[in-house]
Amino acid sequence: MSLLELEKLSIRYGNTTVVDNLGFTVGEGESVGLVGESGSGKSQTALAILGLSPRGAQVSGNIRFAGSDLAELSQRELDKLRARRIGIAFQDPSQALNPYLRVGRQLREILVRHGIAKGKDADRQVMAMLERVGLPDTERQFMAYPHQLSGGMRQRVMLASALIAQPDLLIADEPTTALDVTVQAQILDLLEEIRDNTALLLITHDLGIVAGHCERMLVLERGRLVDAGATTALFASPGHAHTRALLAAAPRIDTSDIPDAVHGKSILGVESATVSYEERGSRRLHAVSDVDLSLHVGETLAIVGESGSGKSSLVSAILGLVPMESGCVVYAGSELNGPVERRGKRQARELQLIFQDPIGALNPQMRVRSLVGEPLVVHETQLSSRQRLGRVTEALEQVGLDAGYLERFPHELSGGQAQRVAIARALILRPNVLVCDEAVAALDGSVRQQVLSLLRQVQDETGLAIIFISHDLAVVRSISHRVLVMYMGRFVEVAENDALFRHPRHPYTRALIEAVPVPDPLVPPRKAPLQGEVPSLLKPPPGCVFHPRCPLASDVCRQSCPGARDIDGTRVACHHAD
Amino acid sequence: MSLLGNPTVRVSGGIVLFIALVALLGPFLSPNDYLSTNFDELLSPPSFDGARFFGTDDLGRDLFVRTMLGIRVTLVVAIVASFVSLVIGVAYGAIAGFVGGRVDAAMMRVVDTLYALPFIFFVILLMVVFERNLLLIFVAIGAVNWLDMARIVRGQTLSLREREFVAAARLMGVSPARIVFRHIAPNLIGIVVVYVTLTIPQAILVESFLSFLGLGVQEPQTSLGALVDAGVNQMEGASWTLLIPGGLLALILMCFNFLGDGLRDVFDARHVS
Repeated sequence: MSLLELEKLSIRYGNTTVVDNLGFTVGEGESVGLVGESGSGKSQTALAILGLSPRGAQVSGNIRFAGSDLAELSQRELDKLRARRIGIAFQDPSQALNPYLRVGRQLREILVRHGIAKGKDADRQVMAMLERVGLPDTERQFMAYPHQLSGGMRQRVMLASALIAQPDLLIADEPTTALDVTVQAQILDLLEEIRDNTALLLITHDLGIVAGHCERMLVLERGRLVDAGATTALFASPGHAHTRALLAAAPRIDTSDIPDAVHGKSILGVESATVSYEERGSRRLHAVSDVDLSLHVGETLAIVGESGSGKSSLVSAILGLVPMESGCVVYAGSELNGPVERRGKRQARELQLIFQDPIGALNPQMRVRSLVGEPLVVHETQLSSRQRLGRVTEALEQVGLDAGYLERFPHELSGGQAQRVAIARALILRPNVLVCDEAVAALDGSVRQQVLSLLRQVQDETGLAIIFISHDLAVVRSISHRVLVMYMGRFVEVAENDALFRHPRHPYTRALIEAVPVPDPLVPPRKAPLQGEVPSLLKPPPGCVFHPRCPLASDVCRQSCPGARDIDGTRVACHHAD
Repeated sequence: MSLLGNPTVRVSGGIVLFIALVALLGPFLSPNDYLSTNFDELLSPPSFDGARFFGTDDLGRDLFVRTMLGIRVTLVVAIVASFVSLVIGVAYGAIAGFVGGRVDAAMMRVVDTLYALPFIFFVILLMVVFERNLLLIFVAIGAVNWLDMARIVRGQTLSLREREFVAAARLMGVSPARIVFRHIAPNLIGIVVVYVTLTIPQAILVESFLSFLGLGVQEPQTSLGALVDAGVNQMEGASWTLLIPGGLLALILMCFNFLGDGLRDVFDARHVS
């Protein structure tokens, strides 16, 4: 008998159907991946299983858990079932944990309230659980508040609270999406390790995670189940066109389909850039320390690193949005200094930026026609309003939007459409350099592919130089010519795409690459390559900042900071690189 | 736009407009005027005879015309005072928020200091020292209300300034003036409109309060507050002299409050969705 059985589950909000006639089962101890793009109804399904659908949702159909129909249970029985037999881990542990309760008390409450354990015994079980999820120094963490823990640690606590009652089923809704890739690998390892016989329903958009951690997978498209089966079988021969499309859109880090090297002349150079911010208590936080960078015409340079690596600060300083403490930026032979307002019209025309959050980068009170046309209003004042409209329409066409979008407001656009509007605005003055700050991170797989190929096409046609900031190495592999790796604001390594991914010289680069899940069930998932998390930038470790997490660390690493060296066309900052 | 699609806005806005219209035209249609006394009809109750819809007061003056006049004065005081607070508050707040840094700190400390003054006493003092006139009431009420407006606008400007679309505009080479007028100001309008509709009832209350204390408009001019003050004295024998202007005052206040709430819903919805 299956543990969880869904039959004809439909969820409606008014006239909108978000889940349509959905049926699947999860067997005891089985791990099942539920995948789909945003808006496909994954999370709605999870909430319905838990009986936590938001107000206004009309849920119909049958949900049976271990033989009993959830609709027939009383509120009390349902509470008990949720607490003892179904565990849940949400995407954002900082919101799912109560900020006013110490971690230990939150976990203890689960045991005490449901009569699983009490008193000293409950404390002991909580300690044991915290130790199992890999929290160092459990005594102290027991007394810690959630905000005192890092993101990864919080997600560990979340898993501990989901599993402490030893449930039969764990529902994990995008449990690693908010985490850095090295921490994601640790959490996924942990999930495998401590799950024992608990069945797992893993909701994710990342096919790499499904390939490595789920026996079966279910594919949702706009609330409908379009494909289901063993993971290996579905990856080998997807039954439905949507599954095929999802697989095709999932970038693979082990691909060999990468852009050919380009040999343009240098257009932008940055020398020993340092950026620091003043923190409370007059301490200075060094977001970027002494980083060099060069960009050539027609080239895509990717900047990668975990959060806090200084990627965004570096480009903000290059563009003059934040002040650079020292260092200089040379663009096409002349130096760029000071804030962007004092750099003159040339930078404003020739250097453009695309943000991560496409909707936030568009003024909510302006229509698409004025958003895209604004650079022309500022820089090409000689144009009549008709000519301007012509240029705007042309720019929208270039990004695949027709004239019907001219009169829309940003909130009337989807994420992908808004990002295209932002790209149209950035490209309308035909810039030489385009900086993309996580420009595709918020987009679904298929839309991301479209945006990336659009950028590539523009680059081929115009010789645009692109700085592409991303935390997603699989995307970087498929789009960039060269890759710059940063860690804690320091330069780590820069090399040609193929050289970097095939022969990473820095142990950090190697770890980043290994931590990326490969969307192929035949490639066995690797153990997390790095333990621990990025230390605070306010207290960087002495010597090489990477040494506390580095497998190769030796005395010299603890004492001196490695300078950058050139080895076979790769520039790397590591004492042990060869 | 969904402004008229919102039932709260439609109903409360409609009532306010209707009252304003009647207050404007009513006196012309009535055979009576606000000044002339009639000692044969002291404190006569409301009736259709001689178009005494609201009855007469203790001097035999027609209360319908006087009430309409009072509504006019009250609305004008409220709107002008709100406008004064709007102009000072928005300009002050937007400058503090956009310039930021020390200028902002200094400007906001001035606001904090002014907050500490007991304004009602201040206003009463003004009224006693200078001669009572309508202009002074406008200025006094406006001077109380602009502080809140300045704080709200400053907060909003501060957060707008950090938004990515402002950074995008800076990178595009948009001038600071154009950023303020084209990118920041339009995003302030929602909150400012809502706040103004909520300041109007406050101004009405302050004006009524001053008039009730006998510090407001001067006889034979009148306002709703002054009428309520007069009505209180006749409450026992001629309840209509209190109930009609008091009821209308309450109705107007309620409508403006609902209008503010409704407008907030409309503007919020646009930002959320």
